[in-house]
Amino acid sequence: MDSDLIVVGCGIVGASIALTAQKAGLRTRLIESRFPGAGVSAAGMGHLVALDGSELALSARALVLWRKILERDPERFEYRRTGTLWVAENDSDLADLAERHDRLRVVGVPCELRDAAGLAQEEPALARDLAGGLLLAGDGIVYPPKAVHEFLTHAVELGARIETGRRVTALLSDGVILEDERRLAGAVVIATGSAGSELLPELPLIPRKGHLVITETAPPLIRHQIVEAGYTQGLDAPGGLSIAMNVQPRPTGQLLIGSSRENGISDPLVSPDVTAAMMRRALRFLPGLNRLAITRIWTGLRPATPDGLPYIGRVPGRGAVWAAFGHEGLGITTAPATAELLVEQILGGRGLLDPAPYDPARCLQ
Amino acid sequence: MVDDFDLVIVGAGPAGLEAARSASESGRRVAVIDDNPRPGGQIWRHDPTERPPRPLRQLLADLESCEAIRFFTGHRLVAFESGPTLVLESATRARRVRGQQLLLATGARELFLPFPGWTLPGVYGAGGLQALVKGGLPVAGRRVVLAGSGPLLLASAATLLRHGAHIEAIIEQAPTGDIARFLALLPRWPFQTATALALLRRLLRVPYWRGFWVAEARGREGLTEVVVTDGQMERTLGCEALGTGYGLVPNIEAANLLGCKLTASRHPAVWVGRRGETSRPGIYAAGEITGIGGAGRARLQGALAGAAALGNLRQADRLFDRSRHAEAYARHLARHFQLGEPVRRLARPETVICRCENAALGQIPEIPSADSRALRLLTRIGMGPCQGRICLHALAEIRPEPFLPDWFARPRPPLFPARLETLAGSDDVTSPRSDVRSL
Repeated sequence: MDSDLIVVGCGIVGASIALTAQKAGLRTRLIESRFPGAGVSAAGMGHLVALDGSELALSARALVLWRKILERDPERFEYRRTGTLWVAENDSDLADLAERHDRLRVVGVPCELRDAAGLAQEEPALARDLAGGLLLAGDGIVYPPKAVHEFLTHAVELGARIETGRRVTALLSDGVILEDERRLAGAVVIATGSAGSELLPELPLIPRKGHLVITETAPPLIRHQIVEAGYTQGLDAPGGLSIAMNVQPRPTGQLLIGSSRENGISDPLVSPDVTAAMMRRALRFLPGLNRLAITRIWTGLRPATPDGLPYIGRVPGRGAVWAAFGHEGLGITTAPATAELLVEQILGGRGLLDPAPYDPARCLQ
Repeated sequence: MVDDFDLVIVGAGPAGLEAARSASESGRRVAVIDDNPRPGGQIWRHDPTERPPRPLRQLLADLESCEAIRFFTGHRLVAFESGPTLVLESATRARRVRGQQLLLATGARELFLPFPGWTLPGVYGAGGLQALVKGGLPVAGRRVVLAGSGPLLLASAATLLRHGAHIEAIIEQAPTGDIARFLALLPRWPFQTATALALLRRLLRVPYWRGFWVAEARGREGLTEVVVTDGQMERTLGCEALGTGYGLVPNIEAANLLGCKLTASRHPAVWVGRRGETSRPGIYAAGEITGIGGAGRARLQGALAGAAALGNLRQADRLFDRSRHAEAYARHLARHFQLGEPVRRLARPETVICRCENAALGQIPEIPSADSRALRLLTRIGMGPCQGRICLHALAEIRPEPFLPDWFARPRPPLFPARLETLAGSDDVTSPRSDVRSL
């Protein structure tokens, strides 16, 4: 019954870790309290994006890994290489995008600046008064529930085992106790997304609520995922609300429209006011959205850490317990790199990425 | 801008209109909202070739003289804002109304059980076909089969017959014995008996097959014939239209979104107390949304809840005893038109279950004990424009066990596809209203 590695939580991160670990020869067992992908993974957009700033290294590495994963059968992930088109409302935003362009180029992420005319050529549906944009042609989108399913199926094919509908009630230094009082022995990875601090209260986690809206199927309005330059993962004041336009064309012909960020809010209710603000912001950039109908609105909780970087690494004072959560809104993108980085550490090796920025010890309270 | 009322009633069918009449006696400001261009609901839907039924004429005459009542017909409730403020859409604009009290009388819709060929052009809901014909769909001289279960088949047949259709047969899945027992005790409810007799008189020449069902609809581009069976023999009936419906399910969506408690049944209804109150303060419910029991029961419940909502408790309590008798009719109806096992087994792996997302039964994995949300996320069933109004109920019949507990948990707004502009907070819109796909 023993395993080399017990992964608690089967979202995109947990499933990715199980797959990577199993490939590395570790006998892996996944424990999921609800069903695979039920948490943060199900709520998000599935945008594979090279995000600038402190998350650049992890997301850039992840995109390289994603490219390999998607070579095999992109349709199983409902992958589309939409690219990301960052748009600048004014010259100051455009200057920011130009700096971002330079930083991305340095780490080898291909991207190109567009002036106002070039932007209109990329996306004629955009408002005519925008200053320009930055195109990351290598970015893309997947359907997260399918991605979780694919990683999990592959891991199980390689010998990983999974138990769903099973809660972990206690965390030991060398295993876990399940709600049916069974004790499982092995090294443990906590990959429970926004529930991460339930088992590891010493690692602070701030719920950052987001709303998403999806339209009816309609003739294509845009080709790229379009995001306004001001969209960041940055920190807001507690209770603060920020709205930024982020629109994704789904393969189904629907548009997925975001985004909102409410710091420290964890109730899942849809707020009509937040939705309205999001819709107004989206209309400001894409006036043609006014012809569309909305079919569904939902919310999700991004698990955010105090410094905006995920916890990936051993938890001090816990024995053989590892953390892999706190990915905020970037878990779908960074899951493969997270898995790689974590499994390397578990095996005692060293890879391409410096683990120090993600070391949970930095935030221990 | 928000219009304020003492009471807002959603639905202008028998329950909603009775509630409005009952509330009008108080002289307080009442709004009645309905998606259809005219009041009457489904059962009293306007038919230009016929005089409106007497109860509707009487109700409308009473309400016409009442200045405190404002009708918002042609307005669909699409969402709630805080308050709750009701967000409505008409063909040309959005509107916001708010009531001190809210009364939901949103009625019921048909239950579909998918079978091979049910998505062919020419296959309709039995009630949907009746509504289309009243709205002008020509059926004169056309061969029509009505199949499924319950009294709605008879009502639909009567309308079609009057519009000149040739009704090949009414195919009722309930066996003869159940129908006989239903009819034997029916005289306990004089109103329902009168309705039934009037219908049967109009349908004297129409074959009424009991214990049969449509196993398949066939045709190349459109329906040409249906295969009818009782599980042993098979017969083929040529027809150009099939109206099918296996009874009704309550339209709980608005109540569910507001957090009102639902009954624990396969097709949940809204739980109400003896004064029509739901589990949420200030929110009442009446009619089919509280359980399927026909127009007579709906009218009583509407009158009761309308009185209670505006504080006329004595009137409400007086109506309670009569409403209990009507409740017994609902149970009588449910008992004798119970769905048999075979009609739940008609869908094949390639039969489409969710029309919005084009998901077939075989694509829906059988995961015992799975969360229904897992299923939705992977197959997208119930995530299209109709938000599962058809497929989730069909699936609850086809695979009742694993998914029951949380089928209706955590509903997502909006109630119907709503203009993006409306949800952006605007009343003036520039786009035409999106229409919900239906049968």
